[in-house]
Amino acid sequence: MRYSGWQVLAQGITGNRGWRPAWRDPAPKEAYDIVIIGGGGHGLSTAHYLAKEHGLTNVAVLEKGYLGGGSVGRNTTIVRANYLLEGNSQFYSHSLRLWEGLEADLNYNVMHSQRGLINLFHSDGQRDAFVRRGNMMINQGDDAILLDREGCRKLLPYLDYEQTRFPIYGGLYHPRGGTARHDAVAWGYARAADRRGVDLIQNCEVTGIDIAGGRVTGVQTTRGAIRAKKVAIVVAGRSSQVAAMAGLRLPIESHVLQAFVTEGLKPVINHVISYGMGHFYISQSDKGGLVFGGDLDFYASYAARGNLPMAEHVAEAGMTLMPMIGRARMLRSWGGIMDMSPDGSPIIDKAPVEGLYLNCGWCYGGFKAVPGSGNCFAHLIATDRPHKAASAFRLDRFETGRGLMDEEGTGSQHNLH
Amino acid sequence: MLIPCPVCGPRDSREFTCKGHAVTLARPQADAPPEAWDAYLHLRDNPAGPTRELWHHNAGCTAWLVVERNTVTHAVTGARLAGEVAAR
Ligand SMILES: Cc1cc2nc3c(=O)[nH]c(=O)nc-3n(C[C@H](O)[C@H](O)[C@H](O)COP(=O)(O)OP(=O)(O)OC[C@H]3O[C@@H](n4cnc5c(N)ncnc54)[C@H](O)[C@@H]3O)c2cc1C
Ligand SMILES: [Zn+2]
Repeated sequence: MRYSGWQVLAQGITGNRGWRPAWRDPAPKEAYDIVIIGGGGHGLSTAHYLAKEHGLTNVAVLEKGYLGGGSVGRNTTIVRANYLLEGNSQFYSHSLRLWEGLEADLNYNVMHSQRGLINLFHSDGQRDAFVRRGNMMINQGDDAILLDREGCRKLLPYLDYEQTRFPIYGGLYHPRGGTARHDAVAWGYARAADRRGVDLIQNCEVTGIDIAGGRVTGVQTTRGAIRAKKVAIVVAGRSSQVAAMAGLRLPIESHVLQAFVTEGLKPVINHVISYGMGHFYISQSDKGGLVFGGDLDFYASYAARGNLPMAEHVAEAGMTLMPMIGRARMLRSWGGIMDMSPDGSPIIDKAPVEGLYLNCGWCYGGFKAVPGSGNCFAHLIATDRPHKAASAFRLDRFETGRGLMDEEGTGSQHNLH
Repeated sequence: MLIPCPVCGPRDSREFTCKGHAVTLARPQADAPPEAWDAYLHLRDNPAGPTRELWHHNAGCTAWLVVERNTVTHAVTGARLAGEVAAR
């Protein structure tokens, strides 16, 4: 069924009895051309673009839990293209352009809202760095506007500009940045891939990867063995475990990132605000909750929950930036597993096993990448050549030291990002 | 998390900085092949379960510790002075 305003009306006046499940629940077949391990945002978008752009539909997505139960349904939904480095900036630019056509492409309302993102700065040096970043963004074809303190005050009158620790000098405004409904992105891609014939198989954990003569031949799962000509690993925080099934050791450490949401409030924060000096960022969801977060807890974790020190740190930063936030009651907090790479940038590459493909290292920034990553990964799997927007995301850049993309300039080592 | 520092006793994790997996105790020789340095600097087992990490008690006795911890439950099961572990 095609979704439309007309459908909502027609279903409404006939008692909403005509709606059907958005995708099938097929049993796994014995063999596929391509098996995608992981039904998160990146796995589902890979399936969609394989089917749509390369006509490959003898494809299965194997998900150990339910679709969208991983970080794709746990993130704070910020979508932006304000990266600095060659290699990153064209990729996120490509991804943002896909976001801008996504709802029409998927026939699904992902509630993509380009409400504008503002990165605050607090010193002359930081302003100069943001001027440089803004120019890089403009050269890339994206948008950036430098706001002085009064410019910020017009958009964000409720911030504390005089705070003694980090007085606000201004901000870099990225009008095309914003948010999207995270679950809807997973569901929209799932439905679109399913409609083109991709099998989405839930409650199906991959427990082994079969390799014969240096070539991948299929996978072992909790729902039986499945043969495949090509296998793609897209499991985010679980990348090390799944890659180990193929005998690989990855440059990845899994860490916990927490997020927080308040009770629903009337519209008060109209943009996405990033307060890097305090390790704090915030936006308001369409339901009214203030959604905010901060930094990693900074220890390895698979618990999908964090500890109090970072929760307190984030709350303190929020109070420093916008004292009014103290009046809102916090409703929930949670955590997700982040696949941290040494330089903080991702990997989309062939694995050193014939027919095996690897997509990981998204750190805490992989939601905005969902369209671009799936699009470029599908290209790699289908053609065995990297997509030009993602050709810098090589696995061997750590080993060789060539092409590292240390966006924050902190170094290419674990625990620095 | 409470970290049982052998010098100071059980102390709040706020007093510590985690440096990452204790693999970093086994630094390759200067003339080791590049693969050994790549493994040391970048590649990780990244275990889901028991792990060994280096923690620095920077707001306490300033000792480096090897902490045994579970990455799935966050349970801390032991800590020893890194100097003693490395000397063995
Ligand atoms: C609190 C938080 C805030 C964040 N905020 C932002 C943000 O504002 N903007 C942004 O761009 N990014 C953000 N991120 C990062 C982003 O959510 C992730 O980088 C991204 O979702 C990871 O890719 P994914 O969606 O494919 O992962 P997931 O949704 O985690 O998908 C991986 C899937 O693989 C499955 N899997 C694992 N092992 C197996 C197996 N053996 N067999 C079968 N299936 C398996 C898992 O069950 C899971 O469903 C945030 C993350 C968190 C946790
Ligand atoms: Zn101590």
